[in-house]
Amino acid sequence: MGLLRKIRDTGRVAEPAPPRPEGHVPPQAKEFGGSVQVRCVDAGSCNGCEIEIAGAFNPVYDAERYGARLVASPRHADVALVTGPVTRNMAEPLRRTVAAMPEPRLVVAVGDCAINCGEFAGGHGVEGAVSDVVPVDLQVPGCPPRPDEIVAALRRVTGR
Amino acid sequence: MSLIPAALATATGLGVAGAAAGLVLPQRVRGAVVGVLTAGVGVAGGASGVAALGGSRWSAEVPGLLPLAGTHFAVDALSGLFMAVAGAVVAAVAVYGAGYVAGGAHGLGSRGAQAVLPLFALSLLLVPAAASVSTFLLLWELMALTSLLLVPAEHRARPAVREAAVWYAVMTHLGLVLLLVGFMVYAAQAGGETFAALRSGSGAMSPAVRGLVFVLTAVAFSSKAGLVPLHAWLPRAHPEAPSAVSALMSAAMVNLGVYGLVRVGFDLLGGGPAWWWLLAMAMGGLSAVYGILQAAMASDLKRLLAYSTSENMGLVVLGVGAAGLFDHAGNKALAGLALAAALLHVVNHSAFKALLFCAAGSVLRATGERNLDLLGGLRARMPLTTGLFALGALGAVALPPGNGFISEWLLLQSMIHGLAVPGVTTAIVLPVAVAVIALSSGLAAAVFVKALGVGFFARPRAEGAAAARESPLLMLAGMGLLAALCAALALVPGLLGDGLDRAVEAAGRPGTRPVSGGGLQVRLDEVSAVFSPLWVVATLTVTLGAVTATVRWAGRRRQRRTRARLWDCGGGAPTPRMAYTATSFAEPLQRVFDDVLAPEQDVDVTPMRESAYLVERVKFRNRVPDRIEHRLYRPVLDFLAAAGQSARRLAGGSVHAYLGYGFFGLVTLLVVLVVGW
Amino acid sequence: MNTVGYTAIVLQVGAVVAGAPLLTGLMRQTRARLEGRAGAGVLQPWRDVRKLLRKEPITPVGTGPAFRWAPPLLVATSLVLAVLVPLISTDTPVRGRADLIVVVSLLALGTLALALAGLDTGTAFGGMGASREMTIAALVEPTILMAVFALSIPAGSTNLPVIVAGAADQPARLTSPAGLLAIAALAVAVLAESGRLPVDNPATHLELTMVHEAMTLEYAGPDLALVEFGAHLRLTVLLGLLASLFAPWGIATGASLAAVLLALLLAVLKVAVLGMALAAAEVFWAKLRLFRVPELLAGSFLLALLAVTASYFLGGEGGQR
Repeated sequence: MGLLRKIRDTGRVAEPAPPRPEGHVPPQAKEFGGSVQVRCVDAGSCNGCEIEIAGAFNPVYDAERYGARLVASPRHADVALVTGPVTRNMAEPLRRTVAAMPEPRLVVAVGDCAINCGEFAGGHGVEGAVSDVVPVDLQVPGCPPRPDEIVAALRRVTGR
Repeated sequence: MSLIPAALATATGLGVAGAAAGLVLPQRVRGAVVGVLTAGVGVAGGASGVAALGGSRWSAEVPGLLPLAGTHFAVDALSGLFMAVAGAVVAAVAVYGAGYVAGGAHGLGSRGAQAVLPLFALSLLLVPAAASVSTFLLLWELMALTSLLLVPAEHRARPAVREAAVWYAVMTHLGLVLLLVGFMVYAAQAGGETFAALRSGSGAMSPAVRGLVFVLTAVAFSSKAGLVPLHAWLPRAHPEAPSAVSALMSAAMVNLGVYGLVRVGFDLLGGGPAWWWLLAMAMGGLSAVYGILQAAMASDLKRLLAYSTSENMGLVVLGVGAAGLFDHAGNKALAGLALAAALLHVVNHSAFKALLFCAAGSVLRATGERNLDLLGGLRARMPLTTGLFALGALGAVALPPGNGFISEWLLLQSMIHGLAVPGVTTAIVLPVAVAVIALSSGLAAAVFVKALGVGFFARPRAEGAAAARESPLLMLAGMGLLAALCAALALVPGLLGDGLDRAVEAAGRPGTRPVSGGGLQVRLDEVSAVFSPLWVVATLTVTLGAVTATVRWAGRRRQRRTRARLWDCGGGAPTPRMAYTATSFAEPLQRVFDDVLAPEQDVDVTPMRESAYLVERVKFRNRVPDRIEHRLYRPVLDFLAAAGQSARRLAGGSVHAYLGYGFFGLVTLLVVLVVGW
Repeated sequence: MNTVGYTAIVLQVGAVVAGAPLLTGLMRQTRARLEGRAGAGVLQPWRDVRKLLRKEPITPVGTGPAFRWAPPLLVATSLVLAVLVPLISTDTPVRGRADLIVVVSLLALGTLALALAGLDTGTAFGGMGASREMTIAALVEPTILMAVFALSIPAGSTNLPVIVAGAADQPARLTSPAGLLAIAALAVAVLAESGRLPVDNPATHLELTMVHEAMTLEYAGPDLALVEFGAHLRLTVLLGLLASLFAPWGIATGASLAAVLLALLLAVLKVAVLGMALAAAEVFWAKLRLFRVPELLAGSFLLALLAVTASYFLGGEGGQR
């Protein structure tokens, strides 16, 4: 009963949807038709971007309403959300993860570290930016990027 | 009319010729010739069985064969059913066996084994034709002895074979002793030893004697059928015997236990009080659940199949018991239905179990492995054998469109509608029986997913499996015959048609025409149910085609299938050791049922010499023992051993003592004779 | 030539095929609203299926025919069930074929096919999913068959249209103790068979908590579309079966087109309500630990056994017929 009362009192938490983002839409995204399954790959990040991605899928920002859904296996996924500079140990797993995704597929680099190694550029364990390991289709800059920026990037892919 | 004796005579002649050929011929042709002759035995015996199912009857007395009593034979539709089943299985397995021994002169291919095999096949066909106590016991013992000689055929390969043969010998002769006593009491009280005399004399016997006869024969027959608690020989003998022999034993020999139960319980004794049938149902139900649980825990493929035989025979005897219960309550039609369901399950079980054992034999021969934890990947290396095993497994899991589902459906219908029989007993027993059938079929699905998925799919877990090659043509041909039989029984159960009804009528209960054409129907007074397996298969096939076509059209722009690397979570190629084994597959079930199974775990830690904190080796052993064997047999064996030990004191070595024993024994006997008579 | 009957079947199958993803979408939307989110919309599962059908088909190295054919077989068995189960009308040309035991066994066949596919991948997760799924399926069988038994006693047959028509004629059967116990038992069995909370969480990402999803981690593109669609179909058919058995009002029993259309509307409504109720209940439930699931299933088995006994002793139809 306490939970029921809490549900009733809380009501709707999701913020109203901002206007459709403008920007470059990768060509593969046209085939998705409003449904995008996302696989998150942490290639060596500090987990700051992970927290923001978790925030993007929480009730406040609710990325699911635009058609994006997190899945458990890259075989189920269309988009790989890669965070962090790619460490040496994660380079091959990242390649394999992206190779396991069926076409059409996209790689989205989330955060400054994924785009250009950010804070960790030149570190001894860092292999390179994500684009050095797999081809990147979309970038979300920021350290960490705000959840609504991540949601905006996903909306460019889903088209909703 | 004259087909049956002609066919039986042909079968006997071919059997003897086969035995002679096995003894005399050189190894090059021995296997093929004995195989052909044994197949001939099967075909001839099967033909007489089919003729009996078609309505012929035959009986004869041959006084010369046995001194004092003479031999009596009689074939009616009930024996015809079992002869037809045995004949079909023998014919197919003989072809398979000819291919099995083509490799060498050891094991099944040796002179002795090849000489005995046709005799074993012959005895399987002749036991249902026996019509007097002495003939029956003679043929029963022939069957037991020949199988006993065949089980240890591969004794040079494995030491466990000898122990299995000893267990089998002891238990089958224990059964023989019980049968002997039971039949002797029956014949003495009924005033004659032919089945006709037993049948007519049974009415005059007192209920106590009838009960005693039923219990003795039922226990003996249930031991032959592999029901708990006298099942211990089954999981030992069937895995260790050569696979062709295992197939014959599991698919034809255990049926004769059911035959005996039905013949004595329904035909000769003419039915009995409820407690008989409740005993039968209890044994059957317990076997069904216990058997399939042990099969779920078994990693040895043939042991798994042996326990599955125990389960299926349990289901059959459950049906027989239900039939007796309904009969006793007065509802003959329902009794006929339950009996028909049980007999149909015997037929279906023989078909798929023989196929499964033959496929397991092919796997053993190709890989040298019986342990599912070391198999795998056979789908690519032995595709035909995998497909045939899958067909047999479909029958064993009792799901449509397999043939096991058909008899199970009929059995469930007879149980569910059994509530029409008034009485508190049925109201309590029947729901429990339905629950037992449901649990055993659910567990059977898990068991055969394990056997097929772990043993045949994915990748090989050891070198034996990796080196497997497809079986030779004769073995595939034998399995193909059995597969065709399974498919025919699954799609057109009406092949049995009126034969099933005549068999039920020969047991003294009315036939209810449950199978006809491509479907089954139950049409009794207050109940009706219809099921058409052909329709289900047709609809499934059409729907499958439609779904595949739709998907192909929807994805028409990207047609080519990419071959991609297995998703290994990115970390590195998954080795076959990472795949689930049979033990791990069964682990959740083991935990759920651990009160029943009582698994034993041993952890043996060997520390290094330098320090007790550094471990050199850890040995972990997990065993699921046969708990009934443990609880029941061990005390009996210990008691016998103790009694034997204490009896040694009698054999002191003094001649005077031995003479004294003889003198006092004689005096006691004379006193008893004078006073007692 | 019972045209109304054929129409009923066509309408039924069409409604199930079109509505199964919508039902899942409705359930997800209900859950989202209760959690304060906006949700993706009722049409989202259809968008997912459409996109997946157009993706690249993949055959992982080392898998075989079992892996390849399990998804179509799963969908095929669910479609055959959609034809057999009398959701709209009991007077269809297939009414003689719709035996309840056959329906239950076809469900088990779909489960078995997917379990074999899981083992066929040779990965640890595939085997784990198959092992857990078969354990749960084995333990659900007694409950389901006992519930079948309980339902067939008053109807005198295991034929589904007969049971449903009987229940529609005599509503008192459903409020009797036997009926209520059977509803409870079958509801738990449906939760287990369709892989919903508290037996299995369909939305989990943690492989060690997966039962059904672990078997499908290797599927991609059109195969995944079939697996997801098959799961939607199974849920719809199972909820429809529950609705037909325990709320049969409105199901057409004669050959009237108007009755059939009304029945279609009512069936859609009933299944939608059931789905929303299930989704709302799931918000309050947590997934049971795997080794607590047998306790739940044993409890539901006991309920079904009581239903049979009550049906026999209290109903009186079994003993005195």
